[in-house]
Amino acid sequence: MYGALWRVLPGPAWFRVILLLVLAAAVVYVCFTWLFPEIAPYMPFNETTIEEGA
Amino acid sequence: MATTDVDQLAEMPWQPDGEPPRRTRQRPRKRGFLAGLVGVVGELMITAGVLLGLFVVWQLWWTDVEAHGRQAQVLEEWDKQENVIDAPAQEGERRTDPPPLPQVGAEGDVMATMRIPRLGVDYRVPIAHGVGLGNVLNQGYIGHYPDTQLPGEVGNFATAAHRQSYGAPYREIEQIVVGDSLIVETTDAYLVYQVTGTEIVHPSQVEVIAPVPGEPGVAPTERMITLTTCHPLFSAAERWITYGEFQYWIDKNEGKPAELLEEGR
Repeated sequence: MYGALWRVLPGPAWFRVILLLVLAAAVVYVCFTWLFPEIAPYMPFNETTIEEGA
Repeated sequence: MATTDVDQLAEMPWQPDGEPPRRTRQRPRKRGFLAGLVGVVGELMITAGVLLGLFVVWQLWWTDVEAHGRQAQVLEEWDKQENVIDAPAQEGERRTDPPPLPQVGAEGDVMATMRIPRLGVDYRVPIAHGVGLGNVLNQGYIGHYPDTQLPGEVGNFATAAHRQSYGAPYREIEQIVVGDSLIVETTDAYLVYQVTGTEIVHPSQVEVIAPVPGEPGVAPTERMITLTTCHPLFSAAERWITYGEFQYWIDKNEGKPAELLEEGR
């Protein structure tokens, strides 16, 4: 999977490394901005309120 | 002779008729289907592990970074509002007549700030209306249960806030002990409550935020405050409850409570 990604990327090795770092940063950004805030409410440790049926 | 040597060399084992040396033997290009599948599954599992680690980093660290920034910004904006009185740095007269009540807006609107001298002279967190996760609690605010009374009103001013992550306003709630002050700063008054007790309850015990805490259906005569948050730390199995009773209020035109004057505040 990652071997295939490495082969698909263009340019010399140092350029591919930079591309991979940029890709990793993009993945972290997407996770922090959209993915994690979406799934956090379903986590069992974020409840702080008192409510009926909790 | 030299030529003979070369001829001999030319007939060394890497010639087609001899056995090829190990280095130049061609690697098998195709892995078995199963081996390839195992490789991909392994890489997916490593990826999942890294993503889970990232989630922990986000939850425990980044949400605090974001919420602390937002708390500071919201407090700054709140202080600049025209209707928020800037109290002089002197002790104001303690009054026990009915205090002025804050105005309530929509969920997420900041209506007051919470000061808890036990947690530091600079402990100051915005109190917003409502206890929704997205609009209030995950913003790093202390939330006001919408069906409970306002600060200063006869009944129970019940609040909730995160114990960990998202700014965690109530992280150190266990350090607040009986006799400590809980000061609610509204636009025009400081309302000083005194802690009367703490309790650990099941998350469904809604009676703790009743107008008379613990006695639902009973008509209130006192002005109470209730802090609720999750317990134990990093769990939501129970709730930590801290109760307080109203003592006095100070007009912000007159001054501040003595506790907030220490160390220059």
